Amino acid sequence: MTVLDETVAGLARALAARRVSAVELAGLFLRRIRDLDPRLNAFITVDEERCLAEARASDERRARGEPASVLDGIPLAHKDIFCTRGLRTTCGSRMLADFVSPYDAHVVERLARAGALTLGKTNMDEFAMGSSSESSWFGPVRNPWDTRRVPGGSSGGSAAALAARMAPAATGSDTGGSIRQPAAMCGVCGLKPTYGTVSRYGMVAFASSLDQGGPMARSAEDLGLLLNAMAGHDPRDSTSLERPLGDCTRALDLELSGLRIGLPQEYFGAGLQPEVGARVMEAVRWFERQGARIVELALAHTALAVPAYYVLAPAEASSNLARYDGVRYGHRASDYGDLADMYRRTRAEGFGAEVRRRILVGTYVLSHGYYDAYYLQAQKVRRLIARDFAEAFARCDFVLGPTVPGTAFAIGERTHDPVQLYLGDIFTIPASLAGLPALSIPCGFDAAGLPVGLQIVGPHFSEPRLLGAAHRYQQATDWHRRVPPETPL
Amino acid sequence: MSLGPEQVQRIADLARIAVSEEELAAVAAQLNRVLALVDRLQAADTRGVEPMAHPLDTEPGVVQRRRADEVTEPDRREEFQALAPQCEAGLYLVPRVLE
Repeated sequence: MTVLDETVAGLARALAARRVSAVELAGLFLRRIRDLDPRLNAFITVDEERCLAEARASDERRARGEPASVLDGIPLAHKDIFCTRGLRTTCGSRMLADFVSPYDAHVVERLARAGALTLGKTNMDEFAMGSSSESSWFGPVRNPWDTRRVPGGSSGGSAAALAARMAPAATGSDTGGSIRQPAAMCGVCGLKPTYGTVSRYGMVAFASSLDQGGPMARSAEDLGLLLNAMAGHDPRDSTSLERPLGDCTRALDLELSGLRIGLPQEYFGAGLQPEVGARVMEAVRWFERQGARIVELALAHTALAVPAYYVLAPAEASSNLARYDGVRYGHRASDYGDLADMYRRTRAEGFGAEVRRRILVGTYVLSHGYYDAYYLQAQKVRRLIARDFAEAFARCDFVLGPTVPGTAFAIGERTHDPVQLYLGDIFTIPASLAGLPALSIPCGFDAAGLPVGLQIVGPHFSEPRLLGAAHRYQQATDWHRRVPPETPL
Repeated sequence: MSLGPEQVQRIADLARIAVSEEELAAVAAQLNRVLALVDRLQAADTRGVEPMAHPLDTEPGVVQRRRADEVTEPDRREEFQALAPQCEAGLYLVPRVLE
């Protein structure tokens, strides 16, 4: 096994045993990025000098016998939604194409304090609005498993970077599935934590009642190591929880015997690609063989999750994105008349079609006379969906199902049909609406060799056990270790 | 319910996004498809259901905190203003509003 293919846990052991230095690691991954990224477009910004300087500092700490944490010297990629001081943060938008943040996001700060190195900033759907990473101002990301296909989104750059071994770990953000869906489509692992677990400070806002940062990696154990460094109370985010999660790797040897696994009938119905259903059921059978018990259940309001989300998320986005006015930072149109004209042209030029569409939808559903029928009704449906889960978790420990109804689709295939793209998020949006932790891990491939993701959803604050279930599965399977044939080691 | 070009123009004005005459019909068609999707919500029986603004509002002890109204941040005015498209003498420049 080469260093490029190692997990974070393996690299941490190699660094601790001085089998490799942080400078060597940084050099290897930066070179891999230089070799492969012209084809994949997973990165928007790479700063080699900065990364190598961080690596030298890491090696010096270790030489003094003072590593900052188990992650000291581990290279990682940040989704370009997290503000990085001195390194531009674009959020995949022309609006922020030249924006250099004057501060670090909380997540960036915490991982830097833990000694992790920043390889660069990963490509994404503009303002995280999308499920294919095609709406980026910096061009589409390509899926390493088939470069004619999308990597999923919005954290598609992070997922593609992991799959192609350009980074051993990455950050992502998830509003309706943006960590889990690209993880599934690229054959890697991603965890959306309980809402409020990871501070949103310095994470460009999309829909504040849903936005949640989280880790992406190639094993469940690595997700736990990363989440340990990312999670924690932050007074600068009013929704940041004070309740600590504790060590998220503490339950990796979870006892599966007697575990109750819920299978919602709504997650296995029409519209599910048969091979995806088959792979997921094979994983379910594996858990059954370990002594887990299957509980058939209903999440009756599942079909209303996408409609509710497409009221709530655009409504919140329309107010969050009102700040981009061409006055204090970001793009400003070059040609304009009065102030109102400057706003209108700046926003028409600075935002791409999907972002403009969502702002318009959000503006409409919040406008006078429609608020009750749309926004309030969507918030009530959100309650019904959360109640479905609460009732389910009275009968089971986890809910299992497919992360996405299908495998990765071709670039350009769904760009003219946004609603079809939205409906693909049917299995990830419900956990987002309910604020529940949910992860996606690889569980096999379809006939075309494209990865299939298994989603596991748990009750609030169940991250350690979720990761335990995933880790046990990964001890017995090697789907998460497969390397895309288009990007061999 | 379906939005016509005039309504779309009004929404675009509220959102401060320029939409040209030529684009209006296409934008209206796409918005109407999204609205047809979200209109499925109207069929849900939500009588007596409390709207949910915070996904953890049923968890004990979870509240949206308020902070004291005190200055906690250092003054970094120059650093922030350096990001502005147009700035002069410590002021953000925009087109004249008052004659």
